[in-house]
Amino acid sequence: MTRGLIALAVLIVMGLLKLPVERDLATLHRQEHFRGVEFNLDLREQLGQLGFIAALSGFRAIVADGLFIQAHAAWEDTQWGRMLLLFRQITTLQPRVLLFWDTAAWHMAWNASVAAMNDTKQPRQALRVKAQREYFALGKDFLERGIKNNPERPELYEALARLYKEKYKDHERAAEYYAKAATLPEAAPWDRRFSAYELSYCEGREREAYERLRSLYDEGEKERLPTLIKRLKLLEDKLAIPQEQRIPDTLTKR
Amino acid sequence: MTDSETSTVQSFDASTFPKRHRAISLSRILAITSNTLTELTRLKVFYVLLVFGLLLIGSSIFMAQFSFQQEFQILKDVSLGAISMFTSLLAIVATSRMLPRDIEDRTVYTILAKPVPRFEYIVGKIAGVLLLLAISTLIMVAAFLAVLYMREQAVLQVTAKQMASAPPDQLADALRAVRASAFNVNLVPGIIIIFLKACLLTALTLFVSTFATSTIFTIVVMVFIYFIGHLEATAREYWLAVHGGGLVTRVCLAIVALLFPDLQAFNLVDDIIAGTVISMAVFTKTAVLGIFYTVIYTLLAVFVFYGKEL
Repeated sequence: MTRGLIALAVLIVMGLLKLPVERDLATLHRQEHFRGVEFNLDLREQLGQLGFIAALSGFRAIVADGLFIQAHAAWEDTQWGRMLLLFRQITTLQPRVLLFWDTAAWHMAWNASVAAMNDTKQPRQALRVKAQREYFALGKDFLERGIKNNPERPELYEALARLYKEKYKDHERAAEYYAKAATLPEAAPWDRRFSAYELSYCEGREREAYERLRSLYDEGEKERLPTLIKRLKLLEDKLAIPQEQRIPDTLTKR
Repeated sequence: MTDSETSTVQSFDASTFPKRHRAISLSRILAITSNTLTELTRLKVFYVLLVFGLLLIGSSIFMAQFSFQQEFQILKDVSLGAISMFTSLLAIVATSRMLPRDIEDRTVYTILAKPVPRFEYIVGKIAGVLLLLAISTLIMVAAFLAVLYMREQAVLQVTAKQMASAPPDQLADALRAVRASAFNVNLVPGIIIIFLKACLLTALTLFVSTFATSTIFTIVVMVFIYFIGHLEATAREYWLAVHGGGLVTRVCLAIVALLFPDLQAFNLVDDIIAGTVISMAVFTKTAVLGIFYTVIYTLLAVFVFYGKEL
């Protein structure tokens, strides 16, 4: 009995000693993007009891994978509502997996939106367009939340830029997100180029686009790709750039 | 001194003296360790868990046949989840039955009747379990790496075939992307942390079993501790940050925060698979915390075991 009490006292003293150490470690984990999931009632409501217990016991990756497989099956059955619910759970459980955010956004903005536009059960086009826009917004929301959780990774900025370009036809925002991706350490080499291409479509920003494309062109042969030369030539004409400052015509034949 | 006395001294053989008893003997601890390891490898539950773990790792290939990135993500999640689950379960199940079984079989009396201190007995026992955990982890990691390598090679071949007509730099980029999605060197510290979590659970189970009355009691208590340990961080933050709440709530939070280990600190592998880079500082601090807990719980187990009436 006495030994038990002494052991308990040791545990309490050790607890007091370990408290600041564990707290510092938790802070360090969060700073370095570990422990991204907060276990609270919101998560419990989203996951259900079993999923929450599994996630709580350190198996959230497996739970997320199980839900991802269910989402894949829901996609095969074109159950878009169910997919949305599942992807919200998956991304809540694994906020650091870019693949889940990207796939969720792709399903919503590309697949579900097309399905909504081609929905034969909805005769009114206005409502089909409305549904399509809602799916675009859902895709955008996934990517924006993904970026919030992974601000240092360029992939989701690129995906959001693609969404603005292809779905909203908003070249200015697309240019902005490609440019943001380009500033990050693991950015793809084409991000800067794509940002400049998108800017070249924006009314009123031709001069800026021209300067950026020209700067890329001046970097050397590697950047002198057919699209870049084509966009540059168009802007030279549009901005009436003096002949001696223009890039050589022969290169356009590349 | 007479001649006869001299001859008596000369004929005395020093080796016939009994060896001086050492307070701590590594050879005695090693004997108990090897004996414990042999006992544990004879347990059916060990093979059932090991086969289950290996099957889960093997079947992870068939769990997803999406794009290569998704497939590798799921393969790694399931395999490392299986390793974590198996090592935690083995740590609890194997350790919880160790002391009660020795007492039931009366093995403990035979050992402690000899000049073996209780400290050595406990250290030898825990070392045996840790050795078993290390061997099991190595077997499962080898299976995981083999599965990952096979899938990587298969995907590389398919990618090379599909992109045969593409320019060489594009092909090289695609192959590099496949390789980057498969094995990541950051997985190694993640696996070591999983092992350290199992070591912590072993030491804690041993401590609980020193005052527990039966194996089932120890397992039930450990299951509760396992879940509470994963909630410890949340309880700690609420206890330290929130000043409101009733007295009972605050006392409960304080008990959880002070008495239980923070097991969430050892769940780093999910984020490592997701691509988060584990820094040396994070790895070292987490590993030191794991070792600290293991040592403290072992010492407490020794302390309580010294007072146990056998």
